[in-house]
Amino acid sequence: MPPIKIRKRTETGGVRSFVIRATAILAALVVTAAFIALLGKNPIDVYASMVTGALGNPHRLRETIIRAVPLVVTSLGIAIAFKMKFWNIGADGQIIMGAFGASYFALNCPNLPQPLLLLVMAAAGMVAGGLWAFIPAFFKARFGTNETLFTLMMNYVAQKWVTYLQYGPWKDPKAIGFPKIPNFVDNAILPKVFGVHIGWIIALILVAVVHVFMKRTKRGYEIAVVGESVDTARYAGMNVRGIILSALFASGALCGLAGMIQASAVSNTLAVDISGGAGYTAIITTWLAQLSAPAIVIVSFLFAVLVQGGSYIQTAFQIPQAAAQILQGMILFFVLGSEFFVNYRVAFGRTVAPSESEVPEEFKVPAAYDEPASPEAVKTTKGGSRG
Amino acid sequence: MTSSDVIRFDRISKTFGSVAANRAISLAVKAGEIHALLGENGSGKTTLVNMLSGIYSPDSGDIFVYGKREYFHSPRDAIRLGIGMIHQHFKLVAPMTALENIIIGQNGSLFIGKKGVSVKIRELSARFGLEVDPDKRIDDMSIGEKQTVEILKVLYRGARVLILDEPTAVLTPQEIVRLFSILRRMKDEGCTIILITHKLHEVMDVADRITVLRRGEKIGTLEKTETSIGELTDMMVGRAVSLEIERSDVAERKPIFETRGLSVRGRDSLRAISDLSFTLSSGEILGVAGIAGSGQRELCESIMGLLPIEKGEILFRGENLAGRKTAEIIKRGISMGFVPEDRLGMGLVAKMGMVDNLILKDYRFQPGFFIDRSPARARAKKMIEDLEIQTPGINTPVKQLSGGNIQKVLLGRELGSDPEILITAYPVRGLDINSSYTIFNLLNAQKEKGKAVLFIGEDLDVLLELCDRILVLSGGIAKGILDARTATKEELGLMMLGRTEKEASPIAAH
Ligand SMILES: Nc1ncnc2c1ncn2[C@@H]1O[C@H](COP(=O)(O)OP(=O)(O)OP(=O)(O)O)[C@@H](O)[C@H]1O
Ligand SMILES: [Mg+2]
Repeated sequence: MPPIKIRKRTETGGVRSFVIRATAILAALVVTAAFIALLGKNPIDVYASMVTGALGNPHRLRETIIRAVPLVVTSLGIAIAFKMKFWNIGADGQIIMGAFGASYFALNCPNLPQPLLLLVMAAAGMVAGGLWAFIPAFFKARFGTNETLFTLMMNYVAQKWVTYLQYGPWKDPKAIGFPKIPNFVDNAILPKVFGVHIGWIIALILVAVVHVFMKRTKRGYEIAVVGESVDTARYAGMNVRGIILSALFASGALCGLAGMIQASAVSNTLAVDISGGAGYTAIITTWLAQLSAPAIVIVSFLFAVLVQGGSYIQTAFQIPQAAAQILQGMILFFVLGSEFFVNYRVAFGRTVAPSESEVPEEFKVPAAYDEPASPEAVKTTKGGSRG
Repeated sequence: MTSSDVIRFDRISKTFGSVAANRAISLAVKAGEIHALLGENGSGKTTLVNMLSGIYSPDSGDIFVYGKREYFHSPRDAIRLGIGMIHQHFKLVAPMTALENIIIGQNGSLFIGKKGVSVKIRELSARFGLEVDPDKRIDDMSIGEKQTVEILKVLYRGARVLILDEPTAVLTPQEIVRLFSILRRMKDEGCTIILITHKLHEVMDVADRITVLRRGEKIGTLEKTETSIGELTDMMVGRAVSLEIERSDVAERKPIFETRGLSVRGRDSLRAISDLSFTLSSGEILGVAGIAGSGQRELCESIMGLLPIEKGEILFRGENLAGRKTAEIIKRGISMGFVPEDRLGMGLVAKMGMVDNLILKDYRFQPGFFIDRSPARARAKKMIEDLEIQTPGINTPVKQLSGGNIQKVLLGRELGSDPEILITAYPVRGLDINSSYTIFNLLNAQKEKGKAVLFIGEDLDVLLELCDRILVLSGGIAKGILDARTATKEELGLMMLGRTEKEASPIAAH
């Protein structure tokens, strides 16, 4: 048997990685088609009705867009953190806390005029989501804690917190014992434009804003430099800690805003499942979009089509929900698996040319971002002796 | 082809995108010779030898080893054929000992008794004059020691052909002497050596034959005995170049920078600099000499606010900078270009292009939230011309440039900011001759403009020719400041090893 050789690539050509990813999606479709055929359905029909189910008429298209909005906004937030190689997987918790912040004002100040109330809710959602991301960022910058675990844990804390509110202090007295938080008043609900809540316009504006922020602003540049090399950032005189903290606040604030939009426009209340898993799905859409804001719109929309089409075929073909989710699972499996082929080259035996040179460890981020001059050091210097 | 050819490249070509790194290069390396590979930065030397470790594969052309056509897919293929490679950047596992590094990656290494290995290592060390403590951790080793481990590693694996890519770029003069004596020993034992270097006197010292590359093409192969440094330079550059550093005298000098009793602890929290005091004047180049690790890096980093200062003052125009933030120090017009051993470690963002790297230190002085990159684009284009930087484009990630070109980008940026004080450490590490002299001239121009330059160097000849005064560091302690016009290499060398100025001076020696 020829030996198998695996080598890291240096040149990851845009075209080639696109081809690899497209092939992965195709493979997922083929495997799932086999599975659908096993269930006794015609895969082509099922796929076709997934598309019509998601885009077939204006109503369905609107539903799909409603699903895409939280994905877009959350992905933008995650992209900011990922650009810095800060693996924020706590978007779900940040969405929940954003929704909580917004709900606080929706429930307690129902008499404010609608524009003012919505603005206050948005601000509260962003602050709450931002703080939820700030906490793990602070611990990472200060003590070098692992942000992946930390942000993940924060998701569960957020969930439990809302559960507590739902069963305790915020329980709707009118729901006759049913544990549910009251619905918002009309003032607290986002208006619609072309039949879809205004969140889609907000999302598109944010895409432009985040794109310009990352490509054209100083802070966007600093985030990119810190993501590449903390040492270099310090050498250039950047305040590494400040950059990490503020970028993570912005990241969480966007996720929090997604939570506000969902609470206000979609559920009209606060609930534990407010995010609908968007916080996790958005990690994947962000990654597939290669952290590019415009690409996030496209990828998120395609994912929304998948989800919406998936729930449509449940009713149309009597396929159990679990089966519909298999396609999503497959796509994720293949696409994430294909990342390996984007970054590595596998050669069999000696007929295939080996790859180009190795690259330095890409995701190497030192544990703690210690600022150089500690306060004690400064003190000693001031009183320092003369040589 | 003769039967004595160990390795023969036959019309090897390799292009990266739009860059032709190797163009139909044919080259034969004879058994038992030291074959030097010369060429300007980016001329394709690294690319060519990397074909032997499977890192790159030729677009066209063949490689013959002992007359047989061979294909290289991984370093293992090279090892199988007895070819050992010492890369421009070392590839040792830092937290392990020398011994562990030597045996990892070996088939069945799990069951090799350490004792047996130790014996073999000792035997090899004795035979080739390699001094290594097998139980020392790589972390605790100097660059020279690490390199010795690399060499031992490939010898242990049975290499009979050794390829060294710029092994001397980061070595001290003493270490270079030691390395060359090892290479000669190996040659006497029948090994074949390919050596890449930019230092011509080294080539004249150890090489038997010399091949010169220029812009990816082979210009010629010469016998050392039949050529001269002058001819080699002309062949490399393609025109006659002068190798003179003109030391000008700037009449008006004012002290503008001073350290007083500076003490600094390094990253390992050991004292790296003790009670260091010196002044730096406008219109002068103050050299800093010292064997590697004598506190040079800590000196640079503490001036730039990257390391906390334990004691002492750093005065710039009368103001104490100790304890200030890096950004404030940059703003006052103090600029540092430190070229670390791995060249990319500090100062450049490997994945970004020239433009984004040029704005690294001054983007913050632009007004408002946004960055205007158009001035930087213009600067990048000008810099490519002025410093003859070879790159496919101003936005090509700098990590794709050759070692020397990467460095020109770094230095070009520091010089371009026209600082009041320019601190430059090892600026010509790995630069070809022509570029080195370009850099020296730029430093001189800076001095003539009335700016101050702190030049941390390793080549004593250059320090003596370029600088006005030389501060000698030994173990973080200043051993004295010499006038570069009257000092000798011997004096410097003795002081670097710890003698004081008095003890080292030729008069006091009697
Ligand atoms: N992986 C790569 N991707 C793209 N271009 C590359 C790559 N490696 C080398 N090059 C280009 O090929 C040319 C030759 O590079 P090489 O590293 O062989 O030069 P060199 O002679 O070793 O130079 P130096 O003395 O500066 O190390 C350079 O112009 C470089 O930009
Ligand atoms: Mg090279």
